[in-house]
Amino acid sequence: MQQEIVELIIKTAKELGDEELSLSQELNADTQLFGKDGVLDSMGLVTLIIAVEQAIEDRYEVSVALADEKALSQARSPYRSVTRLAEYAAGQMQDT
Amino acid sequence: MSAPVTLITGTRKGIGRHLAEYYCDRGHIVYGCSRGDPGWSRENYKHFVADVSNEGEVKPIFSAIRREHGRLDNLLNNAGIASMNHSILTPMDTVKKIMETNVIGSFLFCREAAKLMKANKYGRIVNFSTVAVPLKLEGEAAYVASKSAVEGLTNVLSREFASFGVTVNVVGPVPIETDLIRAVPKEKIEALVARQAIKRLGQMEDVVNVVDFFLKRESEFITGQSLYLGGV
Repeated sequence: MQQEIVELIIKTAKELGDEELSLSQELNADTQLFGKDGVLDSMGLVTLIIAVEQAIEDRYEVSVALADEKALSQARSPYRSVTRLAEYAAGQMQDT
Repeated sequence: MSAPVTLITGTRKGIGRHLAEYYCDRGHIVYGCSRGDPGWSRENYKHFVADVSNEGEVKPIFSAIRREHGRLDNLLNNAGIASMNHSILTPMDTVKKIMETNVIGSFLFCREAAKLMKANKYGRIVNFSTVAVPLKLEGEAAYVASKSAVEGLTNVLSREFASFGVTVNVVGPVPIETDLIRAVPKEKIEALVARQAIKRLGQMEDVVNVVDFFLKRESEFITGQSLYLGGV
């Protein structure tokens, strides 16, 4: 499941395109998304999170809010990397 | 152009119901919600039974709108509860309920609406406050605190959502003949009306007029504003 979501995040980012996300590189599982060395600014992160929530809803018919208190924490932020975000999303989906 | 998709909270009665019927009659596709069955229906109106402060009950409304229309044009955060009581006599449960419905409910709907609106780079959100805020009305501490929070929320969201093409504004009605004020003693209402520049109770049409103005496409340059009725 988590690997599937990693791929879904990468696909979603690709569909949004460089213009929406101001990305200079294609994402992979290890890409640092946000924070130190992150490829996204805060608006890019918001845009990606909305799109990923909608992509998850479209594929798995489950509605999740990928909102998290620890967004700005270097150590624990679920937005730190693609893998971390996928892990977090999978956890949220299990909780619903 | 396709029919505007409009979501209104608290549509079982009062201003919410009036707004829902009004926008249905003007060709909008209207979604509404309340904690109970509305007891009325209309063509182009779809109702959800939901507590506006319950994320699990609210998200399905947005999922349905997204599935059925792929966009949301307008959100009217009308649902609200009040308590007319001296603060010393106000139970904590009452304060919690007021905050949950008025503040958390408005926050949740704004957040979810903005996600849908951003995709279409267009949206109008109208939040509901009250003249009790600028009038600092005694006996309404919890209600005024909750609506002050709604105004603060609106001010910040107007900036956060500006780049999404979404405006967020507030209408602040004076007392209108609805259930919300029916329990308030007549002399209290009279005293309140006396503090308005234009001394009469509000009409549904007065509220509709302001909402119409905020929802206009041409109002794209108006955001983060609180507009009070009656010259308060």
